[in-house]
Amino acid sequence: MSGPASVWNADEQGWFGEFGGRFMPEALVAALDELTVAWQGAMADQAFRAEFDTILREYAGVPSLLYDAVRLSEHLGGARILLKREDLNHTGAHKIRNVLGQALLTRRMGKTRVIAETGAGQHGVASATAAAYFGLECTVYMGSVDTKRQALNVARMELLGAKVVPVDSGSATLKDAINEALRDWVASVDYTAYLFGTAAGPHPFPSMVRDFTRGIGDEARAQVLELTGRLPDVVAACVGGGSNAIGMFTAFLDDLDVRILGFEAGGDGVETGRHAATIAGGDSGVLHGARTFILQDDDGQTIESHSISAGLDYPGVGPQHAHLAKSGRGEYLPVTDRQAMDALALLARTEGIICAIESAHALAGAFDVARDLGPGGLVLVNLSGRGDKDMETAIDWFGLGR
Amino acid sequence: MSGPGARTAAAFARAADEQRAALVGYLPAGFPDVEGGIEAIKVLVDAGCDVIEVGLPYSDPVMDGPTIQAAAQQALDRGVRVSDVLRTVEAVAATGTPTVVMTYWNPIERYGVARFAADLDAAGGAGLITPDITPDSRTEWPVAADAHDLDKVFLVAPSSTDARIAMTTQACRGFVYATAVMGVTGARATTSELAGPLVKRTKAVTDLPVAVGLGVSNGGQAAEVASYADGVIVGSAFVRALLDHADDRVAGLRALAALTADLADGVRRA
Repeated sequence: MSGPASVWNADEQGWFGEFGGRFMPEALVAALDELTVAWQGAMADQAFRAEFDTILREYAGVPSLLYDAVRLSEHLGGARILLKREDLNHTGAHKIRNVLGQALLTRRMGKTRVIAETGAGQHGVASATAAAYFGLECTVYMGSVDTKRQALNVARMELLGAKVVPVDSGSATLKDAINEALRDWVASVDYTAYLFGTAAGPHPFPSMVRDFTRGIGDEARAQVLELTGRLPDVVAACVGGGSNAIGMFTAFLDDLDVRILGFEAGGDGVETGRHAATIAGGDSGVLHGARTFILQDDDGQTIESHSISAGLDYPGVGPQHAHLAKSGRGEYLPVTDRQAMDALALLARTEGIICAIESAHALAGAFDVARDLGPGGLVLVNLSGRGDKDMETAIDWFGLGR
Repeated sequence: MSGPGARTAAAFARAADEQRAALVGYLPAGFPDVEGGIEAIKVLVDAGCDVIEVGLPYSDPVMDGPTIQAAAQQALDRGVRVSDVLRTVEAVAATGTPTVVMTYWNPIERYGVARFAADLDAAGGAGLITPDITPDSRTEWPVAADAHDLDKVFLVAPSSTDARIAMTTQACRGFVYATAVMGVTGARATTSELAGPLVKRTKAVTDLPVAVGLGVSNGGQAAEVASYADGVIVGSAFVRALLDHADDRVAGLRALAALTADLADGVRRA
C-alpha cells in the first residue's frame, strides 16, 4: 500500500498544501486522534495489510481486471483505452475496498458499531455489507429525498441487517446525511466508528480512505505495464468526493509524464449553476471538516449540487484533489449529464458493459482525450462501478422499454 | 455603528461579585425574522441574561440538535444574511449587555476573517464562539480577534485530554465554553454527570470563567450547574419556547421572559 512519503501527501496535521486540515468540534478531536493513531499503526503492521489483502482477494474479487476495450477504441478511432474493472468488485464498485479497510480497522480498535452516510445508497450498501462480514452493528444515515428515490438500496441495506435512518433536515440529501452521522458520532464515539464514504472530511479520513483505495492504481499500474510494456499517457477517473479517483491516481502521482485527469459532474453545464463541479465551478471554503473547494453562496452557505449521478452529487471534494488541482499536477474538468449518458450508452453498445453513471463521466472525458491523443496513445480509465443501480435513471433518460 | 461594546469578562466578574453564576442566553439571528429576533433577544436581556449569544444560521450545523436546526433553517429560508446577524448584534449590544456571535466557521471565512472582526467590533460585538474549529485548526481568527481585543471562546469537551484543555484555554479570551454532554445541542431531562469533572479539569488550568452549555432547560438545572460553573448557557430551551408559540408572538415572548426569569433565579440559588 503506502509507498515512500510523497510530496502529494498530507503533513502530520492532515494539510495538503492549503487544503484539508481538521475543522471539527473539540468533542470529536479525541476520536479523530485515536483513529489517526490506529490507522497509522495498521498501515505499519504487515499482519493488518496481509489480512486486508486476503479479505479483498477472497471476498471482494480484488485485484479487479484490466480490460483492453478494443472495440470501443476502434469506434472512437483514437488512443487505446484500458478499463480498470472496479465494477466487477463485490457490491459493484470500488467502495468495497474502503469499507472493508475501515471495518477491519474498527475491529482492530475494539469498537462494535459502525455508522455511515450515503447518498444514492452505494456506500450505505457497502458499509452494511462490511458490517455483516465483520459482525458489527450498523446504522446508515440517508437523506429522506434519497431514501424515496433509492428504495431498492434501502431494502438491500435492511436485508444486510443495517438500520437506515432517513434524514429530513436541510436539503435532506447526502450533505445532511453526513451532518446527521456526525451528530450521532459525537454522542456515540466511545463504541462507534464512522465509516466515511469518500476521501474527504477531517484528517485522517482523506489520507486513510486513500490508503484503503489506492490498490486500484497500484494494481492498474502493474497491469498496464504488463499488458503494454509502458505507462499510460493519461489516467482518468470521475470525481465526486473523490475516493475512486484518489485510489486510481495515487500510484501515478510521481510518474510526472502521466497526465492525471479528474472529471467532475457538470450537471446541466457549469454555466447554468446546476452542477456538482466543485473544482471547476466552486471556490475555497470549509465544509464537513476540511478546507477544500466547495459550492457556496456569498454568505458561505452551502449550495445544493446537481448531477444526474447521485454518487457525484456532493457540494465538496476531497482536499487532496483540491491540492492536486491547485498545484497543477491534476486537471479537473466538468462533464455534463448528457455527455456522461452518451458515453454510458456507447460503452454498453461497443463492449457490452453497463457502467455506473459516475464512471460514465470518466469515460466521456477520456473519449475526448483519446481522440486528441490519436492512435498510439494510451488512456487508462477507472470504471469505478456498475450500472444496475442506475437503470431507472437510464429508462427515463433514454426512454427505454416504451 | 456603535463602537466597542461591553466584553464578557465584565459580566462574569459582576456575577462572581454577587456570588452567583452568569446566565448566558442564545438565540439565532433572524428567528422568527430579523426584527422579531432582536425583540426576542431583548426580552432575554430584560429578564436577566448577563451575556447574549447571537447564533449565525448556517446550512450545515453539525453540532446542533433538531430544535436549533429548525430555527436556523427557518431563518435561512426567510433569507437571513450575515449582515442581518451584525445588525442584530448592534441592536443587542446597544443595551450594554455583552453580545457574542456563535458561528460555524465557513461563513466567517467567506466574509473575510479580518473584515468580520472589524465589523463585529464596530457593531459593538464582544467576540465569537466557534464550535467547529479548535485553536489548532490554523485559522486567522486568533490574530484577527487580537487586533480588536475580541473574545475568543473555544470549546472544551468531556473527551478532551488535559493537554488539549490547557492548549484550548490558553487560546481563549473572555470565557471558556464547556460542552457538558457528548452530543448535540438540545434540552435534556437531566443534566450531565460529565459536566462537573470537566469544569474541574478546566478550572485547574485557567483563571478564565468556565460556562457550561448543552441541555439546561429550567431553573432547577441552572441552579445545579451554577453550583460548580461560572456561567450557565441556555439555547435550545429558549428556541423551544418560541417554537411552541409560533402562531402567537406575544405569548412566545411572554414564555421567553418567564423562562429567563426562572433560569436567572436558578443561577442565584446555588
